[in-house]
Amino acid sequence: MADKISLGYTHLSGCTGCTVALADNYAGLLTLLDKYVDLKYMPTLADARHVQKVDVSFVEGSVCINDKLAVEELKETREKSTIVVALGGCACYGNITRFSRGGQQNQPGHEAFLPIGDLIKVDVYIPGCAPTPQMIRNVAVMAYLLLKGTKEQKDLATAFLKPLMTMAQGCEACSCDIMTTVINQGLCMGCGTCAASCPVNAITMEYGKPQLERDLCIKCGACVAQCPRSWFSFDVVENYEAINEAIMAALQ
Amino acid sequence: MGAELGKYKSVVSARSTDKELLKYAQDGGIVSQLFAFALDEGIIDGAIVAASKEFAAKNPSKVIIDSTNFDMIEPWRPIPAIVSTKAELLAAAGTKYNICPNVALLKEATRSFGLDKIGIVGTPCQMQAVRKAQLYPIGMRDVGASIALAVGIFCMENFPYQGILQLVEDHAAMKLESVKKMEIGKGKFWVYGKRGQVVQLPLKATHKYEQPGCHVCLDYVSNLGDISTGSVGSPDGWSTVFVRSKIGDSVWAKAMAAGVFETQPMEKVKPGLELVSKLANEKITKNRATLEARKTFGVGKALRNPYI
Ligand SMILES: Cc1cc2nc3c(=O)[nH]c(=O)nc-3n(C[C@H](O)[C@H](O)[C@H](O)COP(=O)(O)OP(=O)(O)OC[C@H]3O[C@@H](n4cnc5c(N)ncnc54)[C@H](O)[C@@H]3O)c2cc1C
Ligand code: SF4
Ligand code: SF4
Ligand code: SF4
Repeated sequence: MADKISLGYTHLSGCTGCTVALADNYAGLLTLLDKYVDLKYMPTLADARHVQKVDVSFVEGSVCINDKLAVEELKETREKSTIVVALGGCACYGNITRFSRGGQQNQPGHEAFLPIGDLIKVDVYIPGCAPTPQMIRNVAVMAYLLLKGTKEQKDLATAFLKPLMTMAQGCEACSCDIMTTVINQGLCMGCGTCAASCPVNAITMEYGKPQLERDLCIKCGACVAQCPRSWFSFDVVENYEAINEAIMAALQ
Repeated sequence: MGAELGKYKSVVSARSTDKELLKYAQDGGIVSQLFAFALDEGIIDGAIVAASKEFAAKNPSKVIIDSTNFDMIEPWRPIPAIVSTKAELLAAAGTKYNICPNVALLKEATRSFGLDKIGIVGTPCQMQAVRKAQLYPIGMRDVGASIALAVGIFCMENFPYQGILQLVEDHAAMKLESVKKMEIGKGKFWVYGKRGQVVQLPLKATHKYEQPGCHVCLDYVSNLGDISTGSVGSPDGWSTVFVRSKIGDSVWAKAMAAGVFETQPMEKVKPGLELVSKLANEKITKNRATLEARKTFGVGKALRNPYI
């Protein structure tokens, strides 16, 4: 189909959990590939593995600056893609790879890992470890509407994606962000969303406020991104019903 | 009357027809009755509500709490719980005027609690959290589509637990364990004792104990609930009910057909929708001013605005 968007998937220092999350859309993934997305390259799910010119590329994993090949692939991805999406905590913020000091088999010299935004410009962030199938799906549908939709659909997609474009600014991607950007700013109202979002249960609610177990935190960035008081767009969220319906209809 | 009441399909004054349920409910028993009906009909298979320590002691498998601290949990400290029977709903009925992080259970509800169709009650800010989680499910895998009925309650402000402690034990000079019910209405904070005593405090006394995060809140009537309800606008013992979404519309229609609610037209009751509108506007105007003031809080330095 001519008006599909082309998609690439660059796999750097990530555990393949993001790939699995993408695949966990099951039938939804097949519909996406059928109707909207032409998957040009991807190490696990496509025949072609090398970076090509595409509309949108997903990057899984942080980038190891001791690995020349990884750095080159990342730069090539940037040069050849209109939109680069940092997929998952590692690509967005470094996540668990932030704790690496090298010395591991079979590449003991690979010790320094950076979020991809430290080397290239990133357009959209999808935090979380692993990111969720539904979030990947929603971003994929919105990216399609942004590039191929009507004026109205483009406006919706822009409004939807906007908060995901600025996510990494001023953010350490750890439980501390909940303290510094929400509680210290007098914005927390005790909903408990941050605690529900954490994949490692580093957050519990004590007297209605998050209690952070910093040593457990893997720096995935999900808690602060999911918190309704980190960012909230009335324009988008007030239309939740119509947007959810549109996404579900697109995947029928 | 306009945007301050959010989008809605219909609004009525209503109360449950179940006399037993009304004994436990805060107002017209809308929340507990809706969930009881939805459980019976298989619309939900469990609901996240605000329970208590007594409930948690009896039903440890319905809550998640750190058992090492259990003895230290005070009276009137709400504990989010997942309930699945009418008796459990009644045990958790009534308003607790301090923070109950119901959304903290939202993901776990679909995991160890095994729910496919979740009911959740919450304040307007909690409804915002639920909808953001559905549209941007960043840390909420496989949760969004499982939310089968979100009931929002009206909310002017909430208090940290220690705020309620201060108000009841210091200002009202009552022990929290002897309190039967608390209520905000008719310009007062009311504390009802188990032995029949009633203490009223002027709302002015409560302001300094409010949760700071409430001062940037721009929603009074849970604009994002499937159905939202509160006491304001309706006569004593009745509730004002906004039916908002397609889900809300369908559940409300079924509940009406089953006769679990009696209703009066909103236009016929006193004080009516004008009061809801007036209070909503007051809240929004006050909190917009707070957001404005945050822009120039320091010298050339702003506090963060969460709304984009
Ligand atoms: C902090 C707060 C402020 C409120 N402010 C207003 C107001 O300004 N104007 C107004 O008209 N109404 C207000 N309400 C709502 C009102 O007090 C009743 O809760 C509402 O009318 C529902 O009554 P009901 O008889 O239908 O529900 P019930 O059948 O009594 O059920 C109430 C449900 O709410 C749950 N719940 C109780 N406390 C909390 C809590 N802290 N957080 C989340 N869920 C809770 C209970 O577990 C129960 O499931 C407020 C409620 C709260 C919690
Ligand atoms: S999600 Fe945000 S507002 Fe809600 S409890 Fe956590 S920090 Fe507070
Ligand atoms: S506290 Fe949990 S959700 Fe937040 S960044 Fe750390 S691991 Fe991620
Ligand atoms: S006033 Fe707003 S922020 Fe505070 S509890 Fe109520 S709904 Fe939440």
